[in-house]
Amino acid sequence: MSAGPYSRTSSRDRILARVRSAVADAPEAPEPARDYLTTHTPDDPAAVLDLLHENLADYRAIVHRTTPDEMPWLLMRLLAERGSATVLVPPGLPPEWLSAADATRIHDRSVSTAQELDAVDSVVTGCALAIAETGTIVLDAGPGQGRRRITLIPDHHICVVRVPDQVVASVPQAMSRLDPTRPLTWISGPSATSDIELDRVEGVHGPRTLEVVLLQG
Amino acid sequence: MSATYLGMPSFPEAAGEALHNVTLRANLRHATHTIRDKRARAVAELADWAELREAGKQIKNRTLRHLDRYLEQLETAVTEAGGTVHWAADAEEANRIVADLVKATGEREVVKVKSMATQEIGLNEALEAEGISAYETDLAELIVQLGDDRPSHILVPAIHRNRGEIRDIFAEKMANWGRPAPDGLSDSPAELAEAARLHLREKFLRAKVGISGANFMVAETGTLVVFESEGNGRMCLTLPETLISVVGIEKVVPSWRDLEVFLQTLPRSSTAERMNPYTSMWTGTADTDGPQTFHLVLLDNGRTDALADEVGRQALRCIRCSACLNVCPVYERAGGHAYGSVYPGPIGAILSPQLRGIQSEIDASLPYASTLCGACYEVCPVAIDIPEVLVHLREKVADQGGKGHRLEKAAIKAAGWVLDHPAALAAGERAASRTRKLHPKRLPGAGAWTAARELPELPAESFRDWWKKNRT
Ligand code: SF4
Repeated sequence: MSAGPYSRTSSRDRILARVRSAVADAPEAPEPARDYLTTHTPDDPAAVLDLLHENLADYRAIVHRTTPDEMPWLLMRLLAERGSATVLVPPGLPPEWLSAADATRIHDRSVSTAQELDAVDSVVTGCALAIAETGTIVLDAGPGQGRRRITLIPDHHICVVRVPDQVVASVPQAMSRLDPTRPLTWISGPSATSDIELDRVEGVHGPRTLEVVLLQG
Repeated sequence: MSATYLGMPSFPEAAGEALHNVTLRANLRHATHTIRDKRARAVAELADWAELREAGKQIKNRTLRHLDRYLEQLETAVTEAGGTVHWAADAEEANRIVADLVKATGEREVVKVKSMATQEIGLNEALEAEGISAYETDLAELIVQLGDDRPSHILVPAIHRNRGEIRDIFAEKMANWGRPAPDGLSDSPAELAEAARLHLREKFLRAKVGISGANFMVAETGTLVVFESEGNGRMCLTLPETLISVVGIEKVVPSWRDLEVFLQTLPRSSTAERMNPYTSMWTGTADTDGPQTFHLVLLDNGRTDALADEVGRQALRCIRCSACLNVCPVYERAGGHAYGSVYPGPIGAILSPQLRGIQSEIDASLPYASTLCGACYEVCPVAIDIPEVLVHLREKVADQGGKGHRLEKAAIKAAGWVLDHPAALAAGERAASRTRKLHPKRLPGAGAWTAARELPELPAESFRDWWKKNRT
């Protein structure tokens, strides 16, 4: 490594040395106390599900509840209502979910460009889990979820949550189930801005419409 | 710091000017009151707020105490996950590293996620000098950039602009940078947001290089975290081939689990939401998902100076939620620009003089830009005792042969409120002092309000009650 004034080694060593001398006399800081709650919600799956539903809706996601039998008809209806001619399908999405839909399926491939994705009307994905207390769905690029970009560029995202397996009550419960080595996207309601006189406007760059399907059984 | 702020007048002068701007003050008042009322409701939802606040404070204290160890651990984890780590001692070095990285890609354009760190170092100006255009993509930052303006709030940088002004800026300026604003653009927020969507989308879809900061970095895993609302962050973090993140060294936390604390406290404290619409977490690079090249630039730029100050170092716990701005009577009156730095409000008043030193007129005046009412400490989700640090910094300014007393009077007068309400100030000081065991005797003699005048009787109602009745 070169020894110029801005060589990486010299700044690295200089910063670390400055840190060490800055805190040399500081008192020892103990391991943090974690006296906070691991959940704020009673351990009752039905109540947790209701809370998830309520908080998703409060952040202006459109929420549906369905069963495996009804699932294809619900998705057909949601895509038809928006007049979506094309729907993006990530690898690993259960094929039966879209078995009744009329929209042309577009399969996401790593070669698909952002411009190609921009031309798609809707996207359907699963998720890693959903958090009731905050009304959040978390995607980890696992099967049925695809790359991060596919839930960002199309204007309409339908996300399916399997109940009860994928529902947790709280953020601490979610953290212990997530794998930090995967790319993670936490989504709480559709894209929004409050930058203009604090008036909330949905959909600046991400999808303007987020529909969450709670799939029971 | 950014060249934009060179030659800034001291706080009293700038605040005095702001005071005469009626639109600015009306916008600010509306915004800060709205956010702080909403925030109080969001916080009240969590029965364990006090414990979360204490945990956040302790996590950050532990990080700072062993910052060397956690930075080395972070470097190893990021490198093993496929990233490259760079170290920048100051703004100039950070800007040089980023400019060289961008040039190495052969690109002349970058898209940016809102980031205090890159504003602090004046990255956009430095890139421009190298022939590289940096596009801000946060709606408020876009408004500020197109308007050739400076941000005035951490969270809502264009808080000082109303919808009519924004419409005019878009109609006039968008065409210079890319897709023009639609004909007949109105001042409705929905139409303005749509104009920004169309204008920026063509940039996102072709961008090859993205630049961001980060809200947190996890030492044990090498994970970086960005909180946002609009999706512009996700665009910049996932569509380009190369991602460069410039992050202050104090943003590291030791463990993955630590995030569970800040994921609960940051959104509620800043946007007053249970959770912000989008949070992205990435660890190095992933096979076919997102940028294939990732650079992390770790920035010192005065942070190790702040770390060396035993009273002042707590400012490095700050998670930039902006809650302290929204409750500050001085900020509400003076506006963000008066602080002469990218960090306005109470946190700016203690952070900027520590990062930059107290030699300049503006930095020497900042510790006086406060009534010491203590509201900033009460809302802070990591319990930074801002009044304590302010008093400590006033001592330092006085020690360097300052004009502390004059500065204080000027600053408070410029903020325009407290001189009309001396009893409120005194009561606030005393109440705040008692709660934090900060006895008024510890205030430096010449600079102390308490020494300069008779303390009136503490009124029967508490300061907070008085505050509620009179200020909301
Ligand atoms: S000092 Fe505290 S309240 Fe102010 S921005 Fe930082 S974390 Fe938020």
